[in-house]
Amino acid sequence: MNEIVFFINKVVIAGSVIGSIYAMGAIGVTLVFAILRFAHFAHGDLMALGAFFAFALTALMPGVGTAIGLPTGFVMLPVAMVLTALVAIFLDHAFYRPLRENNVKPVVMVMASIGVTLMIQGLIRLFAGTSARNFFFAESKDIFRLELPFELARRKIVITEPQILLFLFVSAAVVSLHLFLTRSRLGKAMRAMSDNPDLARVSGINTGVVVWTTWVIAGGLAAAAGTLLSLDVTLKPDLSFNLLLPIFAAAIVGGVGQPYGAIAGGFLVGFAETLAVFNWSILLRPLAPVIPDWIEIPDKLAFVPTEYKLTVPFVLLVAVLVWRPTGIFKGKVL
Amino acid sequence: MTTRLPRELIMFGMLGVLIAIVIATLGAAYGIRMLVEASCYAILALGLTIQWGYAGLFNAGVMGFFAVGAFMTMLATYPRNDAFWSSDAPGQLITIGIYALIGAAVIWVISQLHRIGLPRKLRSLLMIVTIGVVYLSVVGALDPVGDRIESEMGFVGGLGLPVWLGWALGGAVAGLIAWGIGKVCLGLRSDYLAIATLGIAEIIKAILKNADWLTRGTLTVSPLPWPVPRPDELGFVLARASYLCVTAVLIAVIYVLLQRAYRAPWGRMMRAIRDNEVAAASMGKDVNRRRLEIFILGSVLMGIGGAALTSFTGLFDPSGFLPLNHTFLVWVMVILGGAGNNLGAIFGAVFVYILWTMSEPAALFLFDIARSLGQQWFDWQPPSDLDSRALQMRVFVIGLTITLVLRYAPRGLLPEKLIRHE
Amino acid sequence: MAFLTAHSLFAGYGGANILNGVSIDIEADQIGVIVGPNGAGKSTTLKAIFGLLHVSEGKIALDGQEITNLSPDKLVHHGMAFVPQEHNVFPTLTVHENLEMGAFVRRDDFTHMIDQVYTLFPPLKDKRRQPAGELSGGQRQMVAMGRALMVEPRLLLLDEPTAGLSPLYMSEIFDRIIAVNKTGVCIIMVEQNAKQALKIAHRGFVLASGQNRYTDTGQNLLNDPEVAQSFLGG
Repeated sequence: MNEIVFFINKVVIAGSVIGSIYAMGAIGVTLVFAILRFAHFAHGDLMALGAFFAFALTALMPGVGTAIGLPTGFVMLPVAMVLTALVAIFLDHAFYRPLRENNVKPVVMVMASIGVTLMIQGLIRLFAGTSARNFFFAESKDIFRLELPFELARRKIVITEPQILLFLFVSAAVVSLHLFLTRSRLGKAMRAMSDNPDLARVSGINTGVVVWTTWVIAGGLAAAAGTLLSLDVTLKPDLSFNLLLPIFAAAIVGGVGQPYGAIAGGFLVGFAETLAVFNWSILLRPLAPVIPDWIEIPDKLAFVPTEYKLTVPFVLLVAVLVWRPTGIFKGKVL
Repeated sequence: MTTRLPRELIMFGMLGVLIAIVIATLGAAYGIRMLVEASCYAILALGLTIQWGYAGLFNAGVMGFFAVGAFMTMLATYPRNDAFWSSDAPGQLITIGIYALIGAAVIWVISQLHRIGLPRKLRSLLMIVTIGVVYLSVVGALDPVGDRIESEMGFVGGLGLPVWLGWALGGAVAGLIAWGIGKVCLGLRSDYLAIATLGIAEIIKAILKNADWLTRGTLTVSPLPWPVPRPDELGFVLARASYLCVTAVLIAVIYVLLQRAYRAPWGRMMRAIRDNEVAAASMGKDVNRRRLEIFILGSVLMGIGGAALTSFTGLFDPSGFLPLNHTFLVWVMVILGGAGNNLGAIFGAVFVYILWTMSEPAALFLFDIARSLGQQWFDWQPPSDLDSRALQMRVFVIGLTITLVLRYAPRGLLPEKLIRHE
Repeated sequence: MAFLTAHSLFAGYGGANILNGVSIDIEADQIGVIVGPNGAGKSTTLKAIFGLLHVSEGKIALDGQEITNLSPDKLVHHGMAFVPQEHNVFPTLTVHENLEMGAFVRRDDFTHMIDQVYTLFPPLKDKRRQPAGELSGGQRQMVAMGRALMVEPRLLLLDEPTAGLSPLYMSEIFDRIIAVNKTGVCIIMVEQNAKQALKIAHRGFVLASGQNRYTDTGQNLLNDPEVAQSFLGG
């Protein structure tokens, strides 16, 4: 039983955490892909930027959280989301829209987004330095240890307050996104523009507003993902670069332009990562009496060492590109 | 054509003056070192300019091909490690290699099973399982050997081969990796290639950094041999100058070959594909094959460039491969110099590299002023890591340059010349 | 002055002009049909009227108001709607959502218009929850027209509404077009199937090389032996 609890802690909870983060990032990437038709490389940096906004606000007003009973970083999240959404709109205005109006090839937009990546990275490190930071400098992180009602389970299921908040937030975000896309006028216009931008224009849909909405959603979710991840672990400036590949992989695996696909892809990539680095020997060891003697259970039986975790989204990405470029949810192939 | 020549002359003339100023103020040894490094970057830039400029292929993982070139040249040219070769480890490695080959053969056979009537779904399942088993057993066998090599012999060491062979190997292996990536991604839009190359570059770096038995990882390997006598024999200026001769000749050869290819039917076809893929495909051109060729060729050049630069610095340090220095800096060189123009790539490489090197002391100087002014006027307490932060300013400037050039001078300082074929 | 007048338009896609002085004029309750050989500039004329193409010379006026080179979304507010020849529905949106998107510029209650579209195109009513991409070609064309009608346009522009449809569907679509016209909508359409189209046309415009060749009522054009010989395949 202890082994199962260990599995739950290491795979189920950890996979859900990282899967939620990837899902939120991938939704933004996939929406930008759908509406503006380019791979937005600066998305990871929007995440980092959002987290830094939340951190700066937390540092300015460290007492707010204790008054409400939630981590301060989480209380500051809505403000950070708004700020990041504004930055995203500004970036579009200053860097992407002029190129779009010149009708450049999509790949030039990708390059421009890499330029933006570097700018944000430079600014973050200039103002915040390169060291890792902890959101919980003035308050303590609540950790819940759940005991299981079994005799054999001495280990406890461990879940932290930021993780619970993350799950609640992601569920709420997914439900509201679904309602927005299927019920609201603007949400439907967004799907319409993703389907057929020219027809959207001749139908009188205000494409500028749709583009703004896209950046607001993408920026807001990116800020949320960055902040919630940093609340769970620590805030590092190189957060962005490590997240970029898994997020793109999630968006493509799910099907480019498909928000639901992005969610599925995010969790798929997240769980694939945690399952790949999990040491399966721990689960096999209790089975030792059943397994024939000639099979030796190695000390460490993980598919991928933790240092090579990045290969997991990459392999998934390549596999999807080879076998099913439209992804699980039949997205676009650009 | 008449207005073009002076422009290039002026640009290179200005570059010459800039170099002269650097040599005059900072000394010949420093100046020539910078030139050698710039010339290695020029090889990288040539590789990128044919991928991007000739064919419109987006490679966001220059660093990966650079690193492969660096690793191969280290492996080939570093002196042999006798402790390793006199042990039984090489034999074990070869055995594992043979197992891996057998495994690959089995996987290939299974991948063909649908031809004898096996349902495709079953075949795919069988294939995935076999890949998993082969992978796990090879890795499982490799791990203890790797650990032993690391603890008993340090690392496998080099092969003691001549330097030029190391560079050639670097190019070859980089080309091999490009072939694999190109096969998967070139049928799709450039965005996918960008994502895939970005990923492979990070993975190559992770492997080089963590496979200590093979690369010494973060412990780094030095000194690497030079193709010419080292400074301790000739003195800094002369030794670096002769190294510069080697890279200059290399660039000249590559340049001449590329110019010829550009004007040849092959180059014309490349540009036709870049400018109008549909039209080119409808004329019966095998678009993806041509693209694969140029992607491999460009990556080979990147491998060679990485090898040449690593040999020169004499230090193989996997943690030192940075997307900023080894991918995006090259990007700036190419788009600022003028994508698709080989002369532009060389110009961009040298020009940007000089600015890049100079920007470090410049940034420190500027922030020093800011610090003292801030302290005097506002009683500002600067953070202790201000210097390392000052250097981050350069990241911002690189990013800004990319976006500004794309918007205001999309064709670069030395734009591609349009040749009219009569 | 006619309801819509487009006076000697010159326009093209960069480089050479495709329209070399085309003129169109039509009354508010009429159906106008533009016919002509390939490359005559039929679709281009329609796109120029709907602001999808820059008009370098000439003047377009709707109901006395000048609308030359206004952007499509502004023209929608002026009571114009356009149905492109291809890709004219949102494939992953349901039929109902397609109609809602047609009414995007409307802030008022448009349920009566949706009902009217379902009355005009009965097959759509049963399929209203289906993604438009899953419908047959003819039904998709109905969705496209229905989408355009949602703004209750005074002028509807149709670019080859029967392209790629079977003859059976073709006559059904023509019937629908007449029905739409009866509700008081002026229609200008481009057609390859010139004979059938001219039969329902109040005004016919025969274009060639970006210029008007013949302009008359549909029936007169059909009866004109010269037109029949050169443009209607004898």
